[in-house]
Amino acid sequence: MTVFEKSTTGRMGFRLPKSDVKEREYDFPTHLTRQKPLNLPELSEPDVVRHYTELAGKNYSVDKGFYPLGSCTMKYNPKVNEYTASLEGFTEIHPYQPWEFTQGSLKLMFELKEALCEITGMDDMTLQPAAGAHGELTGMLIARAYHLSRNDTKRHIALVPDSAHGTNPASAAMAGFDVIELKSTEDGLVDLEELKRYLNEEVAVLMLTNPNTLGLFEKDIIKIAQMVHDVGALLYYDGANLNAIMGRVRPGDTGFDIVHLNLHKTFSAPHGMGGPGSGPVGVKKFLAEFLPIPVIRKENETYYPDFNLPKSIGRTRSFYGNFSVLVKAYTYILIMGKDGLTHASRMAVLNANYLRALISRFLKIASPRVCMHEFVVDGSDFVKQTNVKILDVAKRLLDYGVHAPTVYFPLIVHEDMMIEPTETESKDTLDRFAKILEAIIEESKTNPELVKNAPYKTPVRRLDDVTATKKPIYRWKK
Amino acid sequence: MHPYIPHTDEEIKQMLHTIGVQHLDDLYKDVPVTIKDLRIPEGLDEFTVVSLLKSLADKNKVIEKSKIFMGAGIYAHYIPQVVKALASRPEFVTAYTPYQAEVSQGTLQALFEYQTMICELTGMEVANSSMYDGASALAEAILMAHRINGKHKILMSKAVHPEYVQTSHTYASAQKLSFKQIPLDNFGRTDLQILKESIDENTCAVVIQYPNFFGVIEDLKAIKENIKDAVFIVVVEPFALSVLESPATFGADIVVGDGQPLGIPMNYGGPTVGFLATLEKHVRKMPGRLIGETKDIEGNTGYVMILQTREQHIRREKATSNICTNHALMAVTNAIFMSTMGPDGLREVAKRSYSNAHYLADRMKEKGFNLLFDGPFFNEFAVRFTRDYDSKWRKIFERGVLGPLPLGWYFEEYRDCGLACATEVNTKQSIDEFVELLGCDEL
Repeated sequence: MTVFEKSTTGRMGFRLPKSDVKEREYDFPTHLTRQKPLNLPELSEPDVVRHYTELAGKNYSVDKGFYPLGSCTMKYNPKVNEYTASLEGFTEIHPYQPWEFTQGSLKLMFELKEALCEITGMDDMTLQPAAGAHGELTGMLIARAYHLSRNDTKRHIALVPDSAHGTNPASAAMAGFDVIELKSTEDGLVDLEELKRYLNEEVAVLMLTNPNTLGLFEKDIIKIAQMVHDVGALLYYDGANLNAIMGRVRPGDTGFDIVHLNLHKTFSAPHGMGGPGSGPVGVKKFLAEFLPIPVIRKENETYYPDFNLPKSIGRTRSFYGNFSVLVKAYTYILIMGKDGLTHASRMAVLNANYLRALISRFLKIASPRVCMHEFVVDGSDFVKQTNVKILDVAKRLLDYGVHAPTVYFPLIVHEDMMIEPTETESKDTLDRFAKILEAIIEESKTNPELVKNAPYKTPVRRLDDVTATKKPIYRWKK
Repeated sequence: MHPYIPHTDEEIKQMLHTIGVQHLDDLYKDVPVTIKDLRIPEGLDEFTVVSLLKSLADKNKVIEKSKIFMGAGIYAHYIPQVVKALASRPEFVTAYTPYQAEVSQGTLQALFEYQTMICELTGMEVANSSMYDGASALAEAILMAHRINGKHKILMSKAVHPEYVQTSHTYASAQKLSFKQIPLDNFGRTDLQILKESIDENTCAVVIQYPNFFGVIEDLKAIKENIKDAVFIVVVEPFALSVLESPATFGADIVVGDGQPLGIPMNYGGPTVGFLATLEKHVRKMPGRLIGETKDIEGNTGYVMILQTREQHIRREKATSNICTNHALMAVTNAIFMSTMGPDGLREVAKRSYSNAHYLADRMKEKGFNLLFDGPFFNEFAVRFTRDYDSKWRKIFERGVLGPLPLGWYFEEYRDCGLACATEVNTKQSIDEFVELLGCDEL
C-alpha cells in the first residue's frame, strides 16, 4: 500500500511551537497564490514510522548480508562513519558562514584531499563532485580546458574502451567530446594495436579503468601512458576499481594525469540506495589551475577556500560538495591507516580469487588470468545447455537470501555475471555463496522451470519491467 | 586483525591453497609496486578517531538555529527526530541502486512516492528520482532544453542563484550554448520588457527563479505570456510552493530546485538533493533515473526502474545524462519529511516563515534600513545596510548571529546589501535582539 492510501484527512505528524509573532495574510497577487491545497499524505507520527519501517523491511542491504555487485564495491559501512558525520559541529553549519569559523570542516577537507592525493599519486584535488560520474564530467571538462588553454582546438576525440562503465562515454559526450570506442583484446585488455590506430592529434584523452571492468590489471599501463602522451593526449583514470590496488600502485605513478575516486566505494561511505556518493577528482600539477572553484588551501595554520583561479572550469555544483560523505571517508582513512588500506586491497583481491577458484569448478570464467578484486563469469555455455538465463540464476539467488551479482555487464561478455566480494566478507560467506550458486546450477539442469520462475521468497515475485516501460506509470494516482 | 576485515592467518593460508598460489603477492603479478612508503599515518582505534573528529567539529562555530538569518539556498529548519530516525535506517543507508527490484521494493516504492510528491509540489507530470543538488539540476535542465528544441540561446534572469548560474555555465561550456542575463526592474523582478525584446527564434530556454534569489516572487504568468515557445525553466523553493501557485499552472516545461529545506540538515552545503520535474511529452529527454509502477507475475503491485534506454548504461554517449549514483537517500528523506508534515504542516511552516520574515523586515525598516526591492516576498528579502556590509556581517557573526548574506560577494552594485531570511526556527525574541544588534553603532 502506498503512503497516499494510508492517509487520513486531518492528521499531521508534526507540531510547531507557539509564536508571539503575529500571523500575517499573504500579500501576493491573487493569481500567484496557491488555490488548491497540496495533495500530500496526512499521517500521524506512528503511521509514518510504520510505513517506512515496512518499506525498510523490503530492502536488501549490506547490513543484511552478502552483496557481491561487481563494480560497485559493496563493502561494509562502518557505523562510526555515521556517527562522526552526524556530529552537530558538522551538520549544523551553513556553507556561507565566514570560513574563519569553519576551520574544522576546511581542515578535514584539506587533510582528506592530501591523503587521497598521496594514495593516488596526484598533486591536487577537488572534493566537489557529488558522484563518480560527476567526477568524470569534471575531469573531462578539465581535460577540455587544458587543451583549449594551449589553443589546441582540434582535439575532439575521447577514446573509451568497450569494457568501460557506461558513464565514461556519457560523461565524455557531455564534456563535448566525440567518443570512439576501443575494442578490447580477447583477454579483455586494451588492444595496443587498436589503440595505436586511433591515437593522433585529434585525440584529447583516453579514459581507462584500471583494473578494468573484467577485473584485470592493464599490465601494459606504462606503455599505454607513453603512447597517449606521445600524441599530446591526456590519460584519465576511472577510480571505480581502486579498491584492488590501494597501497600498492598509484595511478599517478603509472602515467595517469587525471583521476576520479568513488568515496562511496573504496572509502566505505555507504551507497544510500544509489547516493549520495562523492567523486573527488585529482590532477597532476600542470592541470591544477583548471580545478573547479573553490579549491581548499592551507596557509600557515589557516585553511580557506580559494576562489581565485582564473582558469578554473567554474563550478560543477553548489557549495563544497557532499561534505558529510567526506567526513565518512576521512574517518575511514584514519581508522584504517596505511597498513589497513593496503591490507584491505590485498584481502579484496584474495577474496575475489578465492571465490573465482570455487566457482570455476562449475562455471566458466571469462578470463583465464588472475583477477583483481572482481571477476566475470561467462554463462553462455551454461545458458546453451540449460536454456536458463543468467538473469534467472540471479533471481534464484535472491531466494537463498543473498544479493545477486551484477548481470549483463560488462557488455562485451554475454550472459555474464560480475562478482565483487570485497575484503569485508569472510571465507565462510564466500564458501556459502559458492555452494548456493552451485546448487542453483544443479537446479537449472534438473528443474529449469523452478529457476526460470524465481524468485519465490521475496516481497514481490518477478516483476514485469517491459510493460512498466511501455505503459509507464510515473506517479501514484487515486 | 582488523575490525572490518575478518580474515585470520589460517584462513588466508587455506584460501591461497585453494587458489593454487603460495603468496598473496602471486595474485599481484601483473601489478607493479610504485608505493614504497605510503605517507599516511598508522591506523587508529575508534575511540581515538572519534575524539579527533569531535575536536575538528568543535573548531566549527555552530550558530543557534533561532539566530540564523541567512538562507540563500541552504535553510535552517526544524527537522523532526522521526525523519532522522527513519532516514538513518541501515536498510536504506547500506543498500545500493535497485538493480534487483524484487529485493529493493523499499527503495523503489519510497522513490516512487517521492516522485509523486514532487509532482504534487511543482504541478508537473513527471519527476525523476533525484539529482545531485539544485545547481546541477538546473544545469541539466538547460541541457535538456537544448535536447528538446536544438536551439542555443539561454536567457537567464539576474535573480537566479549565482552558484546555480556558475554551475550552468560550466555544464554548458562544452555545448556551444550562449547565455544572456536579463536584468531586474525596480520591484526586483526579472525585467519583462527586456526579456521580451531578448526573445528571438534562437532562444532555447528562459530561466526564472520563483521566488527569485533576492526573495521576490516573480510573476510567472506575465513571463510565460512573453516568451513564446522557448522552454520555460523555473527554479523553485519547495516550502514556497505550498503557498504559491505551482509553476505548471503558468506553463512551465521544467521545474527544478533543491530539496534541502525538506528535512535535510545544512551539512555545510552537502549532501542535499536536486529535484527535476517536467511534462510527460518531454520525458525521454529527461536526465536521471525514473521509477515506475508495475505488477509481478502474481498480479501484485511492485516498482521497477523504467525508461532505462535513455540512460548511460545502455545509450552510453547518447544518453540523456551521465547520472548513475544520484541522491536517493536524500530523496527518500524528503519523502519521509513530507509524509510527517503533511500538507498542513508544510503550509504552517511556510506561514510562520512568511510572518517571521515580514516581522523582521518591518523591524529593520523601523531601525532605518531600507529594503532593496518593493516586490512581494516569501521568506527572504534584500536589505540595504552600510557601505562595507561584509565586515559588519563578520562582526555580527562573532556575536553568535548568522546575519544576512553579503550580496557584494556576487553583485558589485549591491555591496551595501544583505539577503535576509527567516524561517519557523526564528523567534520574536531572536528577531528583536538581532535588529537591536544591527542598529548597534560599534558594529
